[in-house]
Amino acid sequence: MSIFVDHSTRLVVQGITGREGRFHNRQCRDYGTRIVAGVTPGKGGSEVDGIPVFNTVRSALARTEANTSLIFVPPAFAADAICEAADAGVPLIICITEGIPVHDMLRVKQYLRLTGARLIGPNSPGIISPGLCKAGIMPAAIHLAGGPIGVVSRSGTLTYEVVHQLTRQGIGQTTCIGIGGDPVTGTSFIDCLAAFAQDPATRGMVMVGEIGGKAEEEAALYVRQHVTKPVAGFIAGLTAPPGRRMGHAGAIVSGGSGTALGKIAAMREGGIQVCEDLGRLGEFCREIFSHVLA
Amino acid sequence: MKIHEYQAKELFRRYAIPVPEGGVAATIDEALAVADGLPGYPLVVKAQIHAGGRGRGGGVQLVARREELRQRAGAILGMTLITPQTGPEGRLVRRVLVEQAADSGRELYLSLLVDRDSASIVIMAGAAGGMDIEKTAAIAPEKISRVQVNPLQGLQPHHIRQALSGLGLTPDAMKQWPALLAALYRLFVENDCLLLEINPLVITGAGSPLAVDAKMELDDNALFRHADLLQYRDIHEDDPLEARAREDNLKYIRLSGNVGVMVNGAGLAMASMDIIKKAGAAPANFLDVGGGASAEMVEKGFAIISGDPHVKGIFINIFGGILRCDVLASGIVAAVKRCGVAVPLLIRMEGTNVEQGRQILADAGLQLITAADMADAAAKVAEMVA
Repeated sequence: MSIFVDHSTRLVVQGITGREGRFHNRQCRDYGTRIVAGVTPGKGGSEVDGIPVFNTVRSALARTEANTSLIFVPPAFAADAICEAADAGVPLIICITEGIPVHDMLRVKQYLRLTGARLIGPNSPGIISPGLCKAGIMPAAIHLAGGPIGVVSRSGTLTYEVVHQLTRQGIGQTTCIGIGGDPVTGTSFIDCLAAFAQDPATRGMVMVGEIGGKAEEEAALYVRQHVTKPVAGFIAGLTAPPGRRMGHAGAIVSGGSGTALGKIAAMREGGIQVCEDLGRLGEFCREIFSHVLA
Repeated sequence: MKIHEYQAKELFRRYAIPVPEGGVAATIDEALAVADGLPGYPLVVKAQIHAGGRGRGGGVQLVARREELRQRAGAILGMTLITPQTGPEGRLVRRVLVEQAADSGRELYLSLLVDRDSASIVIMAGAAGGMDIEKTAAIAPEKISRVQVNPLQGLQPHHIRQALSGLGLTPDAMKQWPALLAALYRLFVENDCLLLEINPLVITGAGSPLAVDAKMELDDNALFRHADLLQYRDIHEDDPLEARAREDNLKYIRLSGNVGVMVNGAGLAMASMDIIKKAGAAPANFLDVGGGASAEMVEKGFAIISGDPHVKGIFINIFGGILRCDVLASGIVAAVKRCGVAVPLLIRMEGTNVEQGRQILADAGLQLITAADMADAAAKVAEMVA
């Protein structure tokens, strides 16, 4: 079992003819993900690796049974691509693109609230349910199928590090989600933790946060009130100077809020077991999840 | 991207937002020329740097006569201004803004900002200008009205009423505010601002609002659609290595420690810096070469770190996904051969093609320390800095 993506996922890849889109389309397909369509305006009627390309998401949905979109569109056009997918009725939209203007994302986020579509990202590595579906750019080989742990993170390679350590401990994953490093993103930590809490195959969660905003603090409160499964946590950015954007557009301590220490304290208050040593996170998880690991 | 006060005021004028008359000057003669074109004294001379608290460092001076202006402008131009926001090293002042001193009047606070958590644009207005807004918000939040505007709907009359409710304005003075707030909102959205702050906004003797100060930050990710704003970038305000890194499309931030760091991915980069701190040292920088970096990016990144004379050791931490470890290793070997390396170099690699990568490093015959995993890397960082 898993959350958000599984064997029933049928992908439409927006931006499939670009360099990134082409490359990752192949990687996802080789993993066994069902990719039924691609979309690139002006390239309709062509094919990429045998996958039919359409001019619009709407026409792709008229001819195929796509139920999830994966977006590799350049930042200037990505907000429009997300809204196009939502308008066409795609219920799950995963946006990899980094560098979308924040004003664009303000409008997209408000618009998606009206349409009810779920957005993962942007500036996300995507989502993988090991053994079932990979819709993203993460290296497949580091994952271990079969669960029982769910991973949710704001980061890319830091997530890979965490997943790799879990796998080395023999701890499998149900689903690993990158919610994205931008200041305004679609799916939140809370959305993912709530879905993991409902998923019978997930018996514990790892939440990887970083400085900036208050998503971790809000998630900690949610965990305290609603989550009974064990949650492990890690926060990056203890050494980040205030007022600087640490690579991710959303990773910034401003006006004394969004600090790593503040987040760690809030998470502990919420009952999340926070590991402060990334080198030992795998072992840490083995200990705190010992009662839920078979 | 932060811009200078004089640049923000240029934009204000374009949107008919009232600002004091004045102009920017890089020399004493230019300052006098600006002053000679204004109706008269007193004038204010304001240092133009990307940091607040300029008044406290002596960077803002009131002058009553031409001779005094010559003297004060001369003192500020070329000074290294230290304010609570510049750090102890201060900033070199290259330009001053010379403008008409505002009538003393009530000082208000006004700002617009992007609120990430509510995905809205927030207007903050306070009756006490000139203050530290963060402090006021913390100790007396009732003194600041905070209005959320849904960007799909845009600024509405009730937003304006709500923003003005706590300012204690007379009905007459309020008449000019809808147009002012509408102009500020338009400026904010049309120029992809992250922050626009007027502190103080003065109510002049005539009852009109006047933007005496202006602070603006623009969204770097939106600059592609604002060719006109690119000219506002002042590379002198950036660390030279940071400016060079930006040219190379690298995300680099210089810090005060002495262990250089190069990582692919921002989250892992921050976590790697934290490991250095835990080992008892301090990171010399943040450097993210990107989750999908090429060998060339790795080489450029290495050159940037090596350009920092404070670096006494380097920690390279790469989790190869899309960036394969063999490609990375080739990049490192090329970089070390080109730049040379005078300090200990610790490399931790994991992920796709890691065996080939390790082989390439081993075959290169370089003086490297390698770490098997994160825990090992942490221990070796500690050894390196001991």
